[in-house]
Amino acid sequence: MSTETQIEVVMPQMGVSVSEGTITKWLKQPGDPIARDEPLLEISTDKVDTEVPSPGEGVLAEILVQEGETVEVGTVIARIGAAAAPAPPTGPAAAPAPPLAPVAAPPEPPPGSVEPGPVVSERGPEAPADEWAATDNGKRFISPVVARIAAEHGVDLAVVPGTGTGGRVTKKDILAYIASRAPAPPEEPGLATEPAPAAVATPAPPPPAQPPPAPATSAPAAPPSPAPPAAPEPLQAAPGEALEPMSAMRRGIAEHMRRSLDTAAHVTSAIEVDMSRVVALRQKLKPQVERDHGVNLTYLAFIARAAVDTLADYPWINGEIRDDQIVTRSFVNLGIAVELAEGKGLIVPVLRNAETLNLLGIAKGIADLAQRARGKKLLPDEVQGGTFTITNPGSYGTFHGTPIINQPQTAILGTYAVVKRPWVVQDELGNDVIAIRPIMNLTLTYDHRLVDGALAGRFLRDLREKLEVWDEAAY
Amino acid sequence: MAELTYIQAISEGLRQEMRRDPRVFVLGEDVGVYGGAFKVTLGFQEEFGPWRVIDTPLSETAIVGGATGAALMGLRPVAEMQFADFVSCAWDHLVTVAAKQFFRARTPIPIVVRLPSGGGFSGGPFHSQNPESSFAHIPGLKIVCPATPADAKGLLATAIEDPNPVLFFEHKHLYRRIKAEVPEERYTIPFGQARTHRPGDDAVVVTWGAMVHTAAEAAERLAGEGYEVEVLDLRTLIPWDEERVLESVRRTSKVLVLHEDTRTGGFGAEIAATIAERAFEHLDAPIVRVAAPDTPVPFSPPLEKAFIPQVEDVVQALQELLAY
Repeated sequence: MSTETQIEVVMPQMGVSVSEGTITKWLKQPGDPIARDEPLLEISTDKVDTEVPSPGEGVLAEILVQEGETVEVGTVIARIGAAAAPAPPTGPAAAPAPPLAPVAAPPEPPPGSVEPGPVVSERGPEAPADEWAATDNGKRFISPVVARIAAEHGVDLAVVPGTGTGGRVTKKDILAYIASRAPAPPEEPGLATEPAPAAVATPAPPPPAQPPPAPATSAPAAPPSPAPPAAPEPLQAAPGEALEPMSAMRRGIAEHMRRSLDTAAHVTSAIEVDMSRVVALRQKLKPQVERDHGVNLTYLAFIARAAVDTLADYPWINGEIRDDQIVTRSFVNLGIAVELAEGKGLIVPVLRNAETLNLLGIAKGIADLAQRARGKKLLPDEVQGGTFTITNPGSYGTFHGTPIINQPQTAILGTYAVVKRPWVVQDELGNDVIAIRPIMNLTLTYDHRLVDGALAGRFLRDLREKLEVWDEAAY
Repeated sequence: MAELTYIQAISEGLRQEMRRDPRVFVLGEDVGVYGGAFKVTLGFQEEFGPWRVIDTPLSETAIVGGATGAALMGLRPVAEMQFADFVSCAWDHLVTVAAKQFFRARTPIPIVVRLPSGGGFSGGPFHSQNPESSFAHIPGLKIVCPATPADAKGLLATAIEDPNPVLFFEHKHLYRRIKAEVPEERYTIPFGQARTHRPGDDAVVVTWGAMVHTAAEAAERLAGEGYEVEVLDLRTLIPWDEERVLESVRRTSKVLVLHEDTRTGGFGAEIAATIAERAFEHLDAPIVRVAAPDTPVPFSPPLEKAFIPQVEDVVQALQELLAY
């Protein structure tokens, strides 16, 4: 009971840098009465020797630290009991005044900017946190790092459970979600942060307007559940196998290829084209085009030019099935499949309004897109909105293939190696003779839901015709 | 290895440099006979004589001006300010002459100005400041703020060797409070290399000087709540270890910048801005600053306690950051 009226005597701070002091002499003994500020003891520190006055009035109750001992500043060294009148509670550093507490709150506006009204706003531990994440549109705040990780991994944040303020998805939340979804560790971010690859082969899983429900094709497989799936089982490589994480682009391609096959009824028709005229024309024009325009005139440019021209007569092949409607267009946005270095994937930049370009314009456009695709300099817009695609696997000598349609388009043209073949032609007398001719196979892979075999056949026939009787003046 | 206090380590390091290099000398108010306001140079005049331990008049302008002139003539002066606060009197010599001399005339000014700084002992507005950010803004000056005895000794040796003017901020509150093992032999610690005071992956506190210990104590408390908070001691502000800070930011995604200096225009603002510029996409929460409010340092003990960031302040800010 006496403690309430006792005054604690502490080792005083005798200089700015002094942290301890030695008691050299007690000037009072227990039981001695003492007045406030009366010398009570002598101490010695690094810097000074001095007397210490009593912090209050009363009777010296007990001495806790004996002469010759060294203690830290602030240590209680003695207690003074109450005399007749209860001493005012002058307990030294023990009780910092409560009203000052808010001053220490860390996110403190400068004094000048304090708004009128309540002097210092209540900053309970919870207040600022809520303030940080508060949004008035009902949407959860997405931090920069979470946005980046979501983009890299193609995660729809709506399905990730959030544990942050206001249900915000934290970095830990999304990493846990990804770990539970796919065991592959994240790939190097460099490639994936480029805007183009994400949009590349895929216009990304859900189009922006669509809410959480996954794209139709994957819906049955993985209904989005708010709770993260059960414990991730890390993949183990069998002896002789090696594991390698899938890049975001590769995942995009994989998803898109599967989805296209699940969507369209793929059929491929092929045709053989005598490229004699194109070969001759190219030989003639190539040096000049290279010199005057710095463009390498490729066979692809000729085929693209002829295909765009042919499409004008076949709007459905340049069309699209959208819900239960058939979309046709007055323009051709020509997708050109471009392989990235070291087999790192494929990107399909789009040459817009190709129907307005002549042979040189197409050659230039393709060269520019291919170069920027390989340099990762494409803009997101340049890999979207294609209406028809050309893929050119022939540069390695293959003579046939069955490409997969770039959704939501209807057809894709494959071009293959130009090969010298013995070819039956008619001489000027109308006799069949065998000649050596540069022959190229072209394939058209089309969505049989919209394009019948006969239509595709006619398209290929017309395309062949244009290439075989190339009219230099017209192009 | 001997266990030394922070101030003993500075004293020891300075003595070693003076024994090693006859060009090194000290000057300042009461550094000779009295041994310095905080006794860093106690016994120096006996060992090195009055010409290498020079008691100067009460004029910081004269001290830094004299040091600059001596450096121009090939010496390596170590000037002592009794309190960092008083360096403002020498602003012109430091900022206009010492910082720009090499740029103007290709003559290096290898001076070290020792600046006992910081509060925590009711020193009031003239004996408690941390003016490092004012000088960090001046191209041509280097800024050192050690937090441990071993760093204080190693960084002092580097500062004396450095051909530029170096401001060496010694935190008074650490002088006799911090004790640790310090190698007896001479060694240097390169400028611009942060030190991991405490490892952790959940958040990082970027700080320096006495606040390193405040942050460490806060991190220790949060370890009890299951969080591992990294404490990164910058050790030098000019140059500062941007790469090391950014590495921590990329790993933890949550940053608290802590300093004892006042908030507006403090060096924490520079760090926060750099993080926002260079690691924006790695942030999972706003960068938080904990610093003193924008007032002079109050004398009254409870007010001063409210002014200087305390362990509780850092704990609370970290809790909010971790929960964000």
